[in-house]
Amino acid sequence: MIAAYPITPQTPLTEKLSEFVEGGELNAEYVAVESEHSALTVCTSASMAGARTFTASSAHGLAYMHEMLHWAAGARLPVVLACVNRAIGAPWNILNDQQDSISQRDTGWIQIYARNNQEILDSVLQAYKIAETVYVPVMVCYDGYVLSHAEMPVAVPSQEDVDKFLPSYQPHTILDPANPKNYNLVTLADPRVNTEGVLCHGYMELRYLLQEALQNSGEVIIRVGQEFAELFGRSYANMFWEDRLADADIVIVAMGSLAMEATVAADMLRVKGHKAGVLGMRVFRPFPKADLLKALKKSRLIVVFDKNISYGSEGATCSEIKSALYGSGVNAVIRNFIVGLGGRDVKAREMADAVTKSLPLLKEGFLNSEYPEWICYI
Amino acid sequence: MRTRDCKHICDESSPGIGEAGKTGEWRNSFPMIDQERCTPSRQNKPACFLCWLYCPEAVISKTVPVQINLEYCKGCGICSQVCPVQAITMINEEELHPEEDTQKS
Amino acid sequence: MNARLHEIRWHGRGGQGAITAAKIVAQAAYLKGYRGITAAPSFGAERRGAPVSASTRISPQTVMVISQVEKPDTVVVLDHTLLKYQEVTSGLDRGGWLVVNSQQHPKELNITGDFNIANADATRVCRELGLIIAGLPVVNTAILGALVHATNVVDMASIEAVIRERFSDSMIDINLAAIMKTFEITKLKKIR
Ligand code: SF4
Ligand code: SF4
Repeated sequence: MIAAYPITPQTPLTEKLSEFVEGGELNAEYVAVESEHSALTVCTSASMAGARTFTASSAHGLAYMHEMLHWAAGARLPVVLACVNRAIGAPWNILNDQQDSISQRDTGWIQIYARNNQEILDSVLQAYKIAETVYVPVMVCYDGYVLSHAEMPVAVPSQEDVDKFLPSYQPHTILDPANPKNYNLVTLADPRVNTEGVLCHGYMELRYLLQEALQNSGEVIIRVGQEFAELFGRSYANMFWEDRLADADIVIVAMGSLAMEATVAADMLRVKGHKAGVLGMRVFRPFPKADLLKALKKSRLIVVFDKNISYGSEGATCSEIKSALYGSGVNAVIRNFIVGLGGRDVKAREMADAVTKSLPLLKEGFLNSEYPEWICYI
Repeated sequence: MRTRDCKHICDESSPGIGEAGKTGEWRNSFPMIDQERCTPSRQNKPACFLCWLYCPEAVISKTVPVQINLEYCKGCGICSQVCPVQAITMINEEELHPEEDTQKS
Repeated sequence: MNARLHEIRWHGRGGQGAITAAKIVAQAAYLKGYRGITAAPSFGAERRGAPVSASTRISPQTVMVISQVEKPDTVVVLDHTLLKYQEVTSGLDRGGWLVVNSQQHPKELNITGDFNIANADATRVCRELGLIIAGLPVVNTAILGALVHATNVVDMASIEAVIRERFSDSMIDINLAAIMKTFEITKLKKIR
């Protein structure tokens, strides 16, 4: 069941899907709705009725879904949503950054970021398996225009292989007139005893279970990535991509397509004799704190590039890295650069320059509490 | 017993009397049925039952005569609003038990 | 096959099909055996008539760079009136190719730069063949003949295969004819 409302740069995706449905190539119901809020509401309802569901949006559309994003996660419905990352106004802009999905990070969804077009397809397939195992909705995020409007070779798996990988959806709750149930009614602070004498969760216990599901989903994400590798030969048994981290004391952190560009920046730094590596965030929620600690053990300088910012604080990835490293004994200078907002092109050489500029801090010392620097013309 | 034992992962309940607790405690007025007016009673056969259909707590029986379970009736008055022959009147609890109310204050 | 990354930047006006051309060449490169390929529009408000650009990256290995092309190996210009804009040839270095759709001979184009020039009047080719849509000659496929003539990134056979796959039956022959004709009339001016 697909329900979506068109918004740039999500449109090529949903147009193609509606063509597939119209042409009979995809056995699905396509519901044209009047808003993104309704799109996700149709998905949550269909999911409760036992259907596998998909929706997609960007920027203002995703923001308009905000209420239902919380609802889908709280109701533990395994909806899969593609967020085609786009900047949010004001001022009006249709180009790429990651503010839209980062602004939804606290809604209880798993968030996976793709670096290229192959990863978008592969991540969507994995997203269903993950979502339907842990009963948490999954947002697959990819950069608008940079990926959404770019063409690159993509291996498309056969239906038979996908069927082997992904069993049919088993709903945990189902709307069925033959067996009427109430779902997600007013649930007050304290637990209550139901008519059968069973002590049922209060609001807080249900929210604890959502957090617990996300905490435990990391293992599932890795296992699903391994299963995917066995069938399709492309490995995703990781929460983040590692490039030359084994000996790197300088680590560049980036998410989405920028994680590919970052490897080119690392090439440039390596040519100059620096031991640079890249940590490309793949799964942002749940945030893989423990794995990250291991990967960053050798690092002395961590330069985090964020295509988003929590205004008044810093980039979202940077905050997470800092919190993961707190008290870990890893004594690294952590620098944050805000880049690429509203589609501003981010070049590998600019990333390499930002790293080079940060090198003296290793000697001079640096307070990780400093606000981020912006790569812009101000 | 911990709440985990209920095995739910989202809020879930079966529609039924008492699912929202002892709703009778919420009542400050209660529905009184005039059986002389109520259609099923007058005709002595199943009829109408609009109050049964509309009662949000499902505490009105689909019987002749219709009966209301006051343990769970929350006193909302919907039944009296929907009754086409004005057979249900909402009576203030204070009028019925004035001494109780005095004790409370 | 080139062993390293080859970057092509396309310049045209909205509606001329620069992005389609970028994608055709990307697909042709894939057929030729390259595995690292990207084709992307440059990201601006694309309106009919407004200058637009696109890029194609071709490499034997996965392309890791996704930012916009700064130092193209080849620049293809669908509309010679765009040559007055400095960004059209920006970053095009020694040994690179500027492929232009223009009536003029490369020597008369009045472009100075340390690169080779390939030139063909693709507009005239399209007019003569009747490759005209909504009153305008559609030069985006024709100019591929000049690109193939000048550089060895993609060859005629793979371009032809892509045209046969992408276009409807009635449009295949005319597009192939336009490409062949443009290939034949392309004039080259190499740097010494
Ligand atoms: S509808 Fe009538 S019977 Fe039902 S709860 Fe309300 S007042 Fe009570
Ligand atoms: S709605 Fe009125 S008439 Fe109908 S059954 Fe109820 S009390 Fe009787």
